[in-house]
Amino acid sequence: MSMPNLRVRLFGIACLAMAIALPFCVSTYYTQFFAKALIMGMLAMSLNLVVGHGGLVSLCHAAFFGLAGYVLALLSPRYDAASLLTTLPIAILCSGAAALLIGALVLRTRGVYFIMVTLAFGEMLFFFFHDTKFAGGSDGISINIRPEIAIAGRQLLDLDKPVTFYFVVLGFLVGVIALLTMVVRSPFGRALAAARDNERRARSLGFPIFRLRLTAFTLSGALAGAAGYLAAAQFGFVAPQMLGWHQSATILVMVLIGGLRSVTGPLVGALVLIGMEEVLKAHLDNWKLVEGLIIIGIVILLPNGVRQIWSMVFGASPQRAAEIKPAAAEARHA
Amino acid sequence: MHDIALRAAGLQKRFGGLLAVSDVSIDIRVGEIHAVIGPNGAGKSTLINLLAGELLPTSGEVLLNGADITSLSPDRRARAGLGRAYQKTTLFAQFSVHENVRLAAQARSIAPLRMFGGARSDRPYLQLVNDAIDRVGLSARSQVMADKLSHGEQRQLEIAMVLATNPRVILLDEPLAGMGPSEARGIIGLIASLKADRALLVVEHDMDAVFELADRLTVMQDGCVIATGLPQDVRVDPGVRAAYLGADGGIA
Amino acid sequence: MDLITLGVQLLNAVQYGAVLFLVASGLTLVFGILGVINLAHGAFYMLGAYLAYWITLMTGSFAIALLGGVLVAFIIGILLETVFVRLLYGRDHLAQVLLSFGLILVIDEIRQLLFGKDVHAVAPPAWLSGSIQLTDNLSYPVYRLAICAFCLMAALVIFFVITRTKIGMIVRAGSENREMARVLGIKFDRVNRYVFAAGIALAALGGILIAPISTVFPGMGDGMLILSFVVVVLGGIGSVAGAAVGALLIGLTDTFGKVFFPSVSSILIYVLMAAVLLWRPSGILGRQDA
Repeated sequence: MSMPNLRVRLFGIACLAMAIALPFCVSTYYTQFFAKALIMGMLAMSLNLVVGHGGLVSLCHAAFFGLAGYVLALLSPRYDAASLLTTLPIAILCSGAAALLIGALVLRTRGVYFIMVTLAFGEMLFFFFHDTKFAGGSDGISINIRPEIAIAGRQLLDLDKPVTFYFVVLGFLVGVIALLTMVVRSPFGRALAAARDNERRARSLGFPIFRLRLTAFTLSGALAGAAGYLAAAQFGFVAPQMLGWHQSATILVMVLIGGLRSVTGPLVGALVLIGMEEVLKAHLDNWKLVEGLIIIGIVILLPNGVRQIWSMVFGASPQRAAEIKPAAAEARHA
Repeated sequence: MHDIALRAAGLQKRFGGLLAVSDVSIDIRVGEIHAVIGPNGAGKSTLINLLAGELLPTSGEVLLNGADITSLSPDRRARAGLGRAYQKTTLFAQFSVHENVRLAAQARSIAPLRMFGGARSDRPYLQLVNDAIDRVGLSARSQVMADKLSHGEQRQLEIAMVLATNPRVILLDEPLAGMGPSEARGIIGLIASLKADRALLVVEHDMDAVFELADRLTVMQDGCVIATGLPQDVRVDPGVRAAYLGADGGIA
Repeated sequence: MDLITLGVQLLNAVQYGAVLFLVASGLTLVFGILGVINLAHGAFYMLGAYLAYWITLMTGSFAIALLGGVLVAFIIGILLETVFVRLLYGRDHLAQVLLSFGLILVIDEIRQLLFGKDVHAVAPPAWLSGSIQLTDNLSYPVYRLAICAFCLMAALVIFFVITRTKIGMIVRAGSENREMARVLGIKFDRVNRYVFAAGIALAALGGILIAPISTVFPGMGDGMLILSFVVVVLGGIGSVAGAAVGALLIGLTDTFGKVFFPSVSSILIYVLMAAVLLWRPSGILGRQDA
């Protein structure tokens, strides 16, 4: 194993150790806060498979997130707990199926069309839940009792305890990181990145671009479904806003802040953005004004995300500098 | 007798009112280099795009090893054994030389879209990758990013990528474009060495190279084939001399 | 349905499509010429409606609101292009999407500070406020007819500018082949600024016109943004004629969808879009290079 690789692993292990220690060091409020932030991180990482690795700017990711939340809400009995072991797979399957269906249509388009069409189909799902009565319409629906993890009537984990819920989320997060890392490094992931870099060449080499991207889009949607299920279980409530395109755009902001080229970057981006929102909300009435300005500032000044600050302050390692430079050069040329 | 690997019959392509390729039939045989020449706008690049599948013909058909591939997409044709290099360098610019060639080999491997196991540790075809890089003479540059290569090296990389897909038919669109004489010599030698068990179609402007390489020659003008045959026959064809070479027309 | 009701619905569809066209043509021009995708387009539609409300309230004149609103939007457009948007030329779509998303948040909060978040109504100008009696219990508001006429005129002006004037020629040259136009010595900096500002002014104009027949509310920009996107996808990007076709199609689909299939009407336009994507992925009048 080379030195940088070793360093990355040690850093990862240190982060995991901190994440495990966290709920024992902070109040219940912050345990819940971090559980929420990690769920959003999961969501942003799932989106980055399409945006960062696939090079496709999708604006309907929240739809798959919210859809899974609605599936949980609709499957939850009013006075009883739903079983996580059956409802979670169903929710993931529904989100994946929606992504497959929408993906099959939107992936016929390119570039700016893709952005507009994903936005439109995402809003279609939004309006579907907003305008129809069976899922509570614009008011949304509550999930009165959290789903339970039980086998043959014996409860294994009590998700009502914030610390337990936090660890379940952390477990899912580690699973998603492992899965995405594997996919990105696999022949599939390399082909996906190749199609991002030069679609025409990738096709002429024999890669079936449409199938490649549709698979990534579907996987990404299914993982967003897992995050949406957990988010709905945590809040006990789903509303159409969960599927709205403002949510999709916010996830994209997380991806940009964290950086597009790594698996865990968007997780960092989610923590940064949600932490920032938390601070702004506490101190300002018109916090969205400031958030909007910060987003504009980040887009203009940090096209490679917060990692750029890191490399500006500490000096970039040669390998990182090589990754950052081409994008900046591209921006100047065009 | 060489067997025909790629056959186009009655190929026609219309862009609006313009007939870019008109009733072109061409046979490309294994063991032969078939050069297509003609003035700018003769339809040579359109012909290559029709054969590679990036354009669909208005009429006519394309056969690969006897099978009709007229309506197949470029990726399906590539998997069926058709490889191409572009006139304008078309690489994965942000990837290393090795990764460019590895991706080409991956595209033709048994499970090109496997989702588990690291791509870079895939042994079975790494040998093929290194051979292809060796063959075009880029071994010393294999870890360099493709966009950092010189123009000539990028052309070499293009050919290495085509080789790594192990195609039966290779389409080369102006492989010598923009090259210095010494760089061109290397590529000419390389192209000549490819034909042993493959069929090649080469579009090229450099007449010295064409007559050095070509076993068979097709001349196009205004979308039509005006002559086809052995180079020595085409060279003296009066129609070719008049239409393509002009009055002083000495090709030699 | 009798003929008169049908006719009334047809008029509604055309009027709806006409306003959609104004807003969407602004969007498609900005993308076609600047290559910038502006998600804040809907926010300017909303801003236009609020400006119409505020100026009418202050001056009592809708005509002043119409002129003033468009002028304010145009000036905002010039300022925005100078400060932010020019930084986006050549940047990837992601940067454009997120910058304009940030802009939406900012515009929304500024609207909140200036006008609050109440829902408002705007009175049409007095001389257009009447109705035409069609049958004993059916009448049609004059203002809606006026919108149709106004949008038709605006459309003619847009087509005239693009096809007949020097500015239009530059604009077309830029969207057809930017490099070539640059080589020919056309300076895009100023053209870019005016096109962006005009695009935004068109969005605001749509909002101003719609204010008297709709309510003015904070979220109205989002819905319009999505609809404009669907219009552009249907018609083909960068094509003003395509925007006209797309807008009319959506006006018809939405209006008659509500009449005939009320339960699924909100989904219908997306079904239409899906069908067009399957049939012609680059839009009905778009260039099909795929």
